[in-house]
Amino acid sequence: MEEQQLFTTPLTRLLSVAPYLKDFFDSFGIDLADGDHTVQHLLDRLSQDQLEDMGLTIDQLRSSLCDYVAGMGALQQEIDTVERLTIRGGFNKSREAEDFELDLIPGQITCIVGPTGSGKSRLLADIEWVAQGDPPTGRHILINGQVPDAKWRFSTEHKLVAQLSQNMNFVMDLSVEEFIRMHAESRFVPDVDDKIARILAQANELAGETFAADTPITSLSGGQSRALMIADTAILSKSPIVLIDEIENAGIDRKKALALLVKEEKIVLMATHDPILALMGQRRLVIKNGGVAKIIDTGEAERANLEELEVLDRKLMALRHRIRQGETLEII
Amino acid sequence: MKFITVSGPPSSGKTAVILQAIDALKARQFQIGVVKFDCLLTDDDILYAKRGVPVRKGLSGALCPDHYFVSNVEACMEWGLEQNLDILISESAGLCNRCSPHIKDVTAICVIDNLSGIGTPKKIGPMLKAADIVVVTKGDIVSQAEREVFASRVRQVNPKAVIMHVNGITGQGAFELSTLLADTEEINSLKGKSLRFSMPAALCSYCLGEIRIGEDYQMGNVRKIDLEKA
Repeated sequence: MEEQQLFTTPLTRLLSVAPYLKDFFDSFGIDLADGDHTVQHLLDRLSQDQLEDMGLTIDQLRSSLCDYVAGMGALQQEIDTVERLTIRGGFNKSREAEDFELDLIPGQITCIVGPTGSGKSRLLADIEWVAQGDPPTGRHILINGQVPDAKWRFSTEHKLVAQLSQNMNFVMDLSVEEFIRMHAESRFVPDVDDKIARILAQANELAGETFAADTPITSLSGGQSRALMIADTAILSKSPIVLIDEIENAGIDRKKALALLVKEEKIVLMATHDPILALMGQRRLVIKNGGVAKIIDTGEAERANLEELEVLDRKLMALRHRIRQGETLEII
Repeated sequence: MKFITVSGPPSSGKTAVILQAIDALKARQFQIGVVKFDCLLTDDDILYAKRGVPVRKGLSGALCPDHYFVSNVEACMEWGLEQNLDILISESAGLCNRCSPHIKDVTAICVIDNLSGIGTPKKIGPMLKAADIVVVTKGDIVSQAEREVFASRVRQVNPKAVIMHVNGITGQGAFELSTLLADTEEINSLKGKSLRFSMPAALCSYCLGEIRIGEDYQMGNVRKIDLEKA
């Protein structure tokens, strides 16, 4: 939108093309209720006291408004699809070369393994920062084979990585439906109601125990919360990469959860030491002493064992269920 | 010397973020010093000293901490120059949300946390709205969606700022923050500089020590609540 147009168009017309402007004025406590004024008129009407209370000069407010409109324009632009993310190795803590180049493709799962403090987080941070040899690890990240646009680094609208970890909780006082609506609206996603229905259905598909749209998000169980977070990230988040720090083995169907992220064409990176999750990945990056020490492709023999591991897992889950029901385990 | 003002609501994680940034900056051979401003008491100076950085603390006591900050900032700058620092960081708590500690042409950071609630960004004045860099903390314990919504609310009130997520405990994001700090302009005097916005105003009888309640004792700059308006 032209700056001239922004300040001189009557508000009703302006809001019909740029409804997000209402949020801007709301957040500065500027009332739009009476009359069909222009933004210029609205700003002219502000008294010195009102500006003082807002904590802005009129020039700062004007430039904030222009920046906000420009930012919203950027948000609505289609972002380039990430078809391939390349990690080019740097150095470990002893300055030995990592010597690898790895392509990650949407729909693939890559596991990251290694002890605490080995450098897993740094690898993930290098990806999020789209490192260009500048972090201490000296790694490079390429997107679609190219040195990426700097916008990936600082833009909140175009974040490369969405994160999910076991420590994350919902903290807002909202129902499931209100929560998804708020997330969708903050991203200016069309067909909000359809998105809510899809996410709710998916989350219930993943969760062991079902929940309704009017359940407060803070009262969901651990498994239900994780299921909702994964469904929401898969369907609403624009970030092409999803980073997962373990998925607990309770109250959520982990296989379906990963399948959903894969179906939504996410590049999945997962820090896990759970054998079942690890074997669901195409490969494992072994991190030692701050560097990628080894890349293991999940082999046929390993994959053949996956089925047996799942049988074991189901057996343990069944025993868990029996304990929950107050049964005894003399015979297992 | 580079000078950076860091502010933010109480308990948002300012000290933790600065400590993490210091570690990242020290790895790049920068000499760093900190001046910590607080109200009644602080032990944070000990945390900084443990990192081996020169530190001074200033306690505002009964005065408005923001006014105390601006009355002392020039002297702090001179102290930093005497210490031959590459980077001087000032940390001040924003206690009333109307604080305005940022100085024109001096890199300004506001630290705010994901747990403070999505209504918080619009409740904070110049401290957030006029900052160059907004650091959002405690992102590791809330959901991805809540982080995204919170960041978009910050964006609404300060569209120009660089918004970064830094984890004060693990240090995730601290290296990235340090690259921005290392890139800031050199500045060697605050002479002729001004605040980005005026500080909270006050000059009434209570500023001068009045303790009795009632119309008869209220003088000077007094504002009345409008109870007629629903």
